Amino acid sequence: MTEQVTPKVTAERIKQYLEQGKRFDGRKLDEFREISVETGISENAEGSARVKIGKTEVLVGVKLNVGEPYPDSQDKGNLMVSVELLPLSSPKYELGPPKFDSIEIGRITDRAIRESKIIELEKLCIKEGEKVWTVCIDIYSINDDGNIIDAACIGAIAALKNAKIPFYDEETGKIDYDKEPTGKLPLAKKIPLSISYHKIGNQIIVDPTTEEENISETRVAIGSADGIISSMQKSNGQSLKIEEMEKILDMVEKVWKDITKKIEKHI
Amino acid sequence: MTNTFKRQDGRKPDEFRKVIAKVGVVPNADGSAVFEFGGTKAIAAVYGPKEMHPQHSQDPEKGTLRVTYNMMSFSVHDRIKPGPSRRSMEISTVSGWALDPVVVLDKYPGKVVDVHIDITQANASTRCAGINAAALALAHAGIPMKDMVSSISIGKLDKQLVVDVSKFEEDWEEGEGATDIAMSFTNSGELSHIQLDGHISVKELKEAIHLGRKKTKEIYEIQKKVLKDSIKLGEEND
Repeated sequence: MTEQVTPKVTAERIKQYLEQGKRFDGRKLDEFREISVETGISENAEGSARVKIGKTEVLVGVKLNVGEPYPDSQDKGNLMVSVELLPLSSPKYELGPPKFDSIEIGRITDRAIRESKIIELEKLCIKEGEKVWTVCIDIYSINDDGNIIDAACIGAIAALKNAKIPFYDEETGKIDYDKEPTGKLPLAKKIPLSISYHKIGNQIIVDPTTEEENISETRVAIGSADGIISSMQKSNGQSLKIEEMEKILDMVEKVWKDITKKIEKHI
Repeated sequence: MTNTFKRQDGRKPDEFRKVIAKVGVVPNADGSAVFEFGGTKAIAAVYGPKEMHPQHSQDPEKGTLRVTYNMMSFSVHDRIKPGPSRRSMEISTVSGWALDPVVVLDKYPGKVVDVHIDITQANASTRCAGINAAALALAHAGIPMKDMVSSISIGKLDKQLVVDVSKFEEDWEEGEGATDIAMSFTNSGELSHIQLDGHISVKELKEAIHLGRKKTKEIYEIQKKVLKDSIKLGEEND
């Protein structure tokens, strides 16, 4: 079972290793664990995906509803992202209303997707000012061994790419699931990903295990595609030197390319 | 039972859908399992025995089994708002009652064993799949148990009894319509859970219960095999 707190001796040893550019599992500082992506894993969802990064696992489903547009975007579809950190997935998650962690991961994933403009929301308008599609992306943790946040975004993108628009009957105003879907979700050709960088001691790493994540001093989540950054958030109260921030920014393109290479054949 | 009745998915009346069962699917948990009846997929994880919080819920005599059942928002056609509902809260409690008779927690006063069930894809009979997964996960976690629990739904479509009700059958409207009976048995043959919705005579219900008992024996054999195989696999790894 995963420790909920990383013991001090382990923390010291992790930092010593990082100083030498090493990690317990033999990875480089900017290297992810094995990533696996499987799509179409839940048949009642319009799109779905299972993502594993090492022992970390998430399930993501996309549902489409017809609803009213927001007042400030009368001719565009809506996007909603929610994250449930299930008590099933780790002893550290308890029952009850969503905690800050899951809200923040949801909002970071939401912005990475929204700001990248991967979903062509203007094509999801059924009748201007009255009816539009709402894209709901729901993310559930199945096993948390660190870096649920990056798994969430990879899963969201994979599930979006897998998603089809169900048949909407304009006369009854209802979705008819017995009829064939009317097409794929309109998406731009890009793979925007939110990747988080962690400062531990003097080093910056990606894809922390739980052991590493527990001692992360600062996390910077960066949403990017093809070297263009479209969202970013620094979390936790610790500050970051400008040089450290620059070091992170210098990693963005390479890490994104590495991950994209690993996942693109599955999505 | 007549075997001429045609089911929409081609099954015989007394045939359950393809079962897939596995243990050890959530590495963080003390025990875990998936259990699937065709398009109905449940995952369960066990954490504990551990300290019970809040403290006032502690039982000084013995440990408490706490079960939560949850459907993922995208597991059905009409998205479910994430979080507990009246339905999920009731099923959570009923699933706990289904498992209580076999779980022996006398040695853990003040402690709790948490069982979390999540439905990842639903095509009716989700509570039965959930209970089967939970029983497997408890055994996999090494929680003391004096018996196993196996669960099945028996349906009555018009006048015909069927095993393991699908969504299509749940919505049956012809004749007397659909009766859906979810039940769970210990392997020794005691009924630890039964719920019914519909319209059925005493005679037919008795028949349904006996059919359920017969079929849960088959479920039990599947559960037993999965647990045995998981131990064998473990030995090979050592």
